[in-house]
Amino acid sequence: MEATQDRSVNRAQMQVSDEVAIQITNMNKWYGSFHVLRDIDLTVNRGERIVIAGPSGSGKSTLIRCINRLEEHQAGQIIVDGTELSSDLKNIDKVRSEVGMVFQHFNLFPHLTILENLTLAPIWVRKTPKREAEETAMYFLEKVKIPEQANKYPGQLSGGQQQRVAIARSLCMKPRIMLFDEPTSALDPEMIKEVLDTMIQLAEEGMTMLCVTHEMGFAQAVANRVIFMDQGQIVEQNEPYEFFNNPQSERTKLFLSQILGH
Amino acid sequence: MSDTHAHTVRFVRETMLPPQDPPSSQIGMVRWGRENLFDGPLNIILTVISLLVVLFLIMEMGPWFANSIWNANSLTECRQILDGASGACWGVIKDRWPQLMFGFYPPELYWRPVTALVLLFVAISPVLFPSVPKKVLYFTMVYPFLGVWLLWGGTIWGPVSVALGFVLGYVLVRATSQLSTLLSAAIVVILPILYWLFLAGPLVDALSAIAPLESQSVPSREFGGFLVSLVIGVSGIALSLPIGILLALGRQSNMPLIKYVSVIFIEFIRGVPLITLLFTASLLLNYFLPPGTNFDLILRVIIMVTLFASAYMAEVIRGGLAALPRGQYEAADALGLDYWKAQRLIIMPQALKISIPSIVSTFIGLFKDTTLVVFIGILDPIGLANATRASSDWQGIYWELFIFIGAVFFIFCFSMSRYSMSLERRLKTDHR
Ligand SMILES: Nc1ncnc2c1ncn2[C@@H]1O[C@H](COP(=O)(O)OP(=O)(O)OP(=O)(O)O)[C@@H](O)[C@H]1O
Ligand SMILES: [Mg+2]
Repeated sequence: MEATQDRSVNRAQMQVSDEVAIQITNMNKWYGSFHVLRDIDLTVNRGERIVIAGPSGSGKSTLIRCINRLEEHQAGQIIVDGTELSSDLKNIDKVRSEVGMVFQHFNLFPHLTILENLTLAPIWVRKTPKREAEETAMYFLEKVKIPEQANKYPGQLSGGQQQRVAIARSLCMKPRIMLFDEPTSALDPEMIKEVLDTMIQLAEEGMTMLCVTHEMGFAQAVANRVIFMDQGQIVEQNEPYEFFNNPQSERTKLFLSQILGH
Repeated sequence: MSDTHAHTVRFVRETMLPPQDPPSSQIGMVRWGRENLFDGPLNIILTVISLLVVLFLIMEMGPWFANSIWNANSLTECRQILDGASGACWGVIKDRWPQLMFGFYPPELYWRPVTALVLLFVAISPVLFPSVPKKVLYFTMVYPFLGVWLLWGGTIWGPVSVALGFVLGYVLVRATSQLSTLLSAAIVVILPILYWLFLAGPLVDALSAIAPLESQSVPSREFGGFLVSLVIGVSGIALSLPIGILLALGRQSNMPLIKYVSVIFIEFIRGVPLITLLFTASLLLNYFLPPGTNFDLILRVIIMVTLFASAYMAEVIRGGLAALPRGQYEAADALGLDYWKAQRLIIMPQALKISIPSIVSTFIGLFKDTTLVVFIGILDPIGLANATRASSDWQGIYWELFIFIGAVFFIFCFSMSRYSMSLERRLKTDHR
């Protein structure tokens, strides 16, 4: 939580435009008969940095996984960059190539080197020539500050380094939106900072970000909106200062007292 | 405790100790023996018993091997040379060598199977060893057709027209890449099959009429010995892996039709002994095929052995797939890789790597199972051994023949096993 406080965050570039990046209307999802997401309405504009918080099992992961169709929704509408997610495979591929995703457990490909992890999708999905893909990959590895690891395998890197590689791997596809699902939850405290720094840098460059995280310091420093979820519903949303200092609903107050209390 | 500590806490070393050799009882053979063979009364007893057993075996079999007779044309001649002593009559191997290797393949054409074998090693080299240039893979693709032609002979247009069906399939894959997966899959499968059924035959006739490129043809019934084992074993191995992969994927498919066809196939084949499939191949298929079709017996056996092995292969690969964390599929999806690309680039390389030991076990099992063809009258090495023992010259000999056949099978199977271990080591990138 303190991790971000020794780095001054430059909010100058973080501008929210009027253009809509993601539009979710009346979206519902069930696992069998279990109603995980209920009547979700959410509009994300380009350049927004949204932090999603909430107790375990509240449906945060499920929500952001619906945005790139790792999970299918059963009712309502999700429009990403003007493309509606339906069972049409073409649309799904289009959305996925524009939305990057970072997972809690990194999910790097252990049989490929770091460089191969980064160039795989650009080469096979975007049909970028190998040389060019490698140059882009090295550019993003520099950016996440581990160019010297390019020829190692994921298993040889620390958790923090692996997560930064995972971020770089998404960036190599030049996404317009980035989704993060608890990117620092599997990391030791001293590695959390290096990953958050990378994410702050991304925010400073104007990336549209949706981030499930328990790092409230990050939320305060970077987010322009915090969404609180419970029992599959959006219970409260507000800009960070108001959210933390003046929560409205009882559930939010309880949640905040639990995670900030000690 | 704390007061004993008080005066030992302050300590400064003044002279550095030089390194010393460990005591002689702690190194080399002596230590190894003490730790592994003679630690405790039970192990001492077991060690002594084992030594006695080894000694007994050497005493019993040593003279038999030591008195090996290589130059004898019949068992009687061999016994005369031995003159009552115990000894191995390897002369039978020398005498029947060509048969054990090639069966009744015409001797003046032995060069053809030999060439096919040498080229086989060239063809599999890029698959086995990463240092071989990848261009050799083009030869690997041509090899099955070339190999078939070398072994069976006949018109070259036969294998060529079959190969054209695959080329057609490849062109169709390219041409239909824009269509939906299901539609393109249907086109890619159906058109080449139609071609093989209706066009390939007339095409061969036409081409042979224009350019009669022929070599002397050798019918399957003249094949025998290790030639048969290798032809069936290698084809079975080469075909069962890809078919097994498709079946494993089919079993996981969301499409009910594909899923149930795969499940039923796998469970049916695994529930039936190979020997019944072989009898089906040799007897029953004739009833089902239109009269007059001459469907090669060895080809039928290869099909049955392949089907049998691919059912096992499918289950082995399914195990590998199940061992992969879901995150790998999700990461591939999230990067926008489609199903086939994700399978080919992410999932299969890892699933196959996990399954290497079981895959190779299946291969080894398949190769050894080729000896079952003796029951449907194909003269594999076992069949020839029986024939040899029935001949007047070698009546009564058995150890030498079966030791030899066993040794050859062992060499093949052991090399496969060794190779798989080195492959596992080479592919080990997870650094756990
Ligand atoms: N594949 C699934 N099948 C059935 N139920 C599921 C499945 N995935 C998640 N759930 C259930 O859906 C609910 C929401 O899960 P989700 O993973 O979205 O929660 P979360 O808010 O991300 O929690 P956490 O903070 O623990 O990650 C949970 O109750 C979970 O048990
Ligand atoms: Mg979650």
